[in-house]
Amino acid sequence: MTVKDMKDALNLRVFAGEGNLGNVIKGGYTSDLLSDVMGHAEANHVWITLQTHKNIMAVASLKELAAIVLVKGYEPDADTLDLAKQEGIPILGTGEEAFETSGRLYGLLHC
Amino acid sequence: MISVKADLHIHTFLSPCGDIEMTPRHIVEAALGKGVQMIAITDHNSTLQAPVIQELGAGLGLEVICGAEITTKEEVHCLALVETPGQRQELQSFLDTYLPHIENNPEKFGYQFWIDTNEQVLGEAPWLLISALDRTIEQVEAFVHSIGGLFIPAHINKMRDSVISQLGFLPPDLKVDALELSRHITPQAFITSNPYLKDYFFIRSSDAHFIQDVGSVFTEFQMETIDFHGLRNAFIRQ
Repeated sequence: MTVKDMKDALNLRVFAGEGNLGNVIKGGYTSDLLSDVMGHAEANHVWITLQTHKNIMAVASLKELAAIVLVKGYEPDADTLDLAKQEGIPILGTGEEAFETSGRLYGLLHC
Repeated sequence: MISVKADLHIHTFLSPCGDIEMTPRHIVEAALGKGVQMIAITDHNSTLQAPVIQELGAGLGLEVICGAEITTKEEVHCLALVETPGQRQELQSFLDTYLPHIENNPEKFGYQFWIDTNEQVLGEAPWLLISALDRTIEQVEAFVHSIGGLFIPAHINKMRDSVISQLGFLPPDLKVDALELSRHITPQAFITSNPYLKDYFFIRSSDAHFIQDVGSVFTEFQMETIDFHGLRNAFIRQ
């Protein structure tokens, strides 16, 4: 499954990284503690979070994540958006909460 | 230059997690008893108890700095220290504006009273003080510096409520006056595992919530005068 497949299935908004919607998704990780994500997310995971701080881009880049999904209608901070455009890592958004988004992505990947 | 022992992170009775023994008089006496010449009062998201302690300390030879331990939107704890009564009021207005209106449940979280030197209640903070402000760490930093305060991310070595636990690492462009470490680690040991922070100035403080902890951890500064200016200049020299 690609980020574009997920975007279409979950009806996500794309804030940045349109050029890399072909990134392959191998799993997901849901957490709002960046230290935890640095320790436990894996390459090609989708990261589901409400954190909008620019450090999320550094973590996504370090861990070679497929994409970030911001929940609850949160939008990336301006400097986060700039970094996302530079790095080309897709940032997407949804009005749903992390619980629903995680469950739906899990369903897409495993059911 | 005078060598000054300063414990710049102390909670009081007002913080819901602060022990009932953390009264103005007890805190000043405990600090003096430990040989500390300067303390900062840093309750969670409130400055309201600090002026009483500052006044009491002034009469007893203890320099007391007013401040707060601010919780940012990312749930990063940061110390903000200010000099004048006007600055403290500006800081308090900022906290009042951005602290969410979540009612405190004293049974669960503890009481949020501030008191005078005779332990008479002066007021009660209505909203839960351990919530997070609706301001990012950058917005808090910019505000604190705009009013002439000092901004210090708190206990950054801890794996909860710290800039490193919440944001993974210290944003390199964040303008900090110092970084605080808890009692559990020395600057040398911390830098060994976080070499990217080797050029920062570190302080250590007690983060006291109980009276026996006041002044039990401190930073030794070289100051021209034992006051906010002396502290600021000590930071600048580092």
